[in-house]
Amino acid sequence: MAQGVMAITEQRDGKFRKVSYEVVSEGRRMADGLGCPLTAVVLGAGVDALAGEIKKFGPDKIVALDDPALADYRTDAYTNALAALIKAADPAVIITGASVQGKDLSARLAARLDAGLAMDCTAVALQNGVLTCTRPIFGGKIFADVQIQGSPQIIVVRPNVMAIAETPKESALEKPAPQLGEVKTVVVEKLMDTGSKVELTEAAVIVSGGRGTGGNFQPIEELAAALGGAVGASRSAVDEGWRKHADQVGQTGKVVSPALYIACGISGAIQHLAGMSTSKMIVAINKDPEAPIFSKADFGVAGDIFQLLPAITEAVKKLKS
Amino acid sequence: MDIVVLVKQVPDTESMVQIAGDGVSIKKDDIKWVMNPYDELAVEEALRIKEAKGGAVTVLCVGGQKAQETIRTALAMGADKGLLVNDPKAEGGDALATAKILAAALKNQPFQLIIAGQRAVDEDNYQVGAAVAELLGIPHISLVVKAELLDGKIRCHRVVEGGTVVVEAPLPALFTTQRGLNDPRYASLPGIMKAKKKPLEVKTLADLGIDPAAVGAAGRKVVVKALRLPPQRKAVRMITGETPQAAAAELVRVLHDEAKLI
Repeated sequence: MAQGVMAITEQRDGKFRKVSYEVVSEGRRMADGLGCPLTAVVLGAGVDALAGEIKKFGPDKIVALDDPALADYRTDAYTNALAALIKAADPAVIITGASVQGKDLSARLAARLDAGLAMDCTAVALQNGVLTCTRPIFGGKIFADVQIQGSPQIIVVRPNVMAIAETPKESALEKPAPQLGEVKTVVVEKLMDTGSKVELTEAAVIVSGGRGTGGNFQPIEELAAALGGAVGASRSAVDEGWRKHADQVGQTGKVVSPALYIACGISGAIQHLAGMSTSKMIVAINKDPEAPIFSKADFGVAGDIFQLLPAITEAVKKLKS
Repeated sequence: MDIVVLVKQVPDTESMVQIAGDGVSIKKDDIKWVMNPYDELAVEEALRIKEAKGGAVTVLCVGGQKAQETIRTALAMGADKGLLVNDPKAEGGDALATAKILAAALKNQPFQLIIAGQRAVDEDNYQVGAAVAELLGIPHISLVVKAELLDGKIRCHRVVEGGTVVVEAPLPALFTTQRGLNDPRYASLPGIMKAKKKPLEVKTLADLGIDPAAVGAAGRKVVVKALRLPPQRKAVRMITGETPQAAAAELVRVLHDEAKLI
C-alpha cells in the first residue's frame, strides 16, 4: 500500500530554487498531518553537498539521483529516473513546485504513472486523512477545491505561496543509481539573461505597468529596483511592444502571487486581474479614479504615475537608507 | 510533413465566469467561446511550417457540437481538415482523461509533429500536451517561442525562468506554445468561405475504441468538490495627499508601518 510523502526539489546549476524549500516545508506539514515519513528527492549531477542543504526543512530521508545525464533538466531523463524511483518507493503523495520545470515534469510523470495531478495549487488542507487542494482556475477568477483519487496523488504547488519552515533533521542520504532509460532530447544551448533580474513568478514585489505608461517604463523600473522587485506588464503594454512577452501578467501571461503587487497605469482588464488577484497586497496607481483596478486593490492612489512613482521611489530609498 | 494541432474551445478571457447551480461547474450560457489563445499560436505555427515545407495540417479537438466553431476557425486560418471527438461520455474529464482521448484519436492519424497550447486558459492544467506525448511515447518540448525543423528532428527555444533553453528532439515529437512564438493570422473572408467546404470529421469514443469508463467525468482522478469565488478583498483604501510627494510619502508609510511590506 502506498505510503509516505515525496517532495521533488528543483535545482539549477547547483543551487536550489526557492520553490524547493517551499515544497519540502509543505511536504513536512503534510507528512506530519498524515503521520507518515517525508522523502526529499534531489536530481542533478554532483549534488551531494546540495542534497545536505535540504535537511534544514526536515525530511526524514533524502534521495539524491546523481548522474551527469541529469545535469540539465530534460523532461525524458528526469521523468524516467523519477518514475523508476516512485514505482519502487510507492509514495501516497508527491509534492513539487509549479515552476516551468515542475509543471513540465509533473505533467509527463502523471501520464507515465496514470496518476491524478492537481496543478498550481495555492493551498492544501488535510481533514480526516484526505487532502483537498485549492486551484485557481480561469486565471484565478474561480477557485476549485479538488481531491485526487488513487495513488500517488501528485500535488504541484504555486511558487511563492507555501510558507518556508526550518525544522532541521539528521536526514539519511540515499544515493540509488538513477535509471535513466531511453533519453531522446538534447539540451543544445542555454541562453540565460545576465544580471540579477528577479523572476516574476518568484518575486516578493512586482511593479507592473500598463497602457498608462505610454511605453515609458523607466519610473516603474526604478521603483522595482528600489524595492528589490520585478517588473511586470499588462497585455496591452506587451501588445504595444513596450515589454517582452515574458513580462506579461494575466490570464494569457504569467499568474503571479507576490507579497506586494503595484499596478501602475493599468486599468484592470479582467484578464489582467485574473493573473494577479492572488497577490497578498495590491496597490493600484492610476489617473482615472473610476478604473476597475481599484475594485481589486487594497490601497489606491488616483494620480499621474509620472509624478507619483518618482516620489514613491524617493520615499522608499529614504526609508531604506 | 503531417502536422496535427490540438485545440480547445474556452470562454473568452474577457468574459466573466459564473459558477453553476451544481457548485462544481461553470454556467455555459451567455459566454463568448473562442479558440484557446495558446492554440491560436499552435495553428499559426503549423501553417507556417506547412507553407515552408509542404504537408497537411489536421486540427484535433475534444468537445461538444459547439466546438466545431473552433475547428472551423482553424480551417479558415488555413488548416486542411478537422477531427472532433464529440461524445457525452468524453465530457467533464480531467486533463489526463482528455489526453487519453486525444492520444487514441492520434493513433489513427499520420503525423510527424504535434503542436499544442501550453495550457488551456479555462482549467489551467498545463498537462494535456505533455500527457499526449507520453501516451504516444514521443518526446515533447514545452513553452516554445521558436521552432526550427532540421533533418529528422526539431530544435526549440523554450522559455524558462530567467532565460531560454534550446532543446532538440527527434521526430515525431510534440511541442507546446508560448506567447512570442508568432502572431496568429486572422481568418480572411475567402478563408472563411473555403473552410465551410473543408472536411470536418466527428467521432465518438466507440469509433476510437476507447473505454468510456477510463475517460470523461467517469475517468476523473482529480475530482472537483466545490468551485467558489476567490475571497473578496476589503474595499480599497484610497491614499490622498496635497501633492504627489505627500501622497507618495503616505503610501510608503502605510506599506511600511501598517502592512509591514517594505
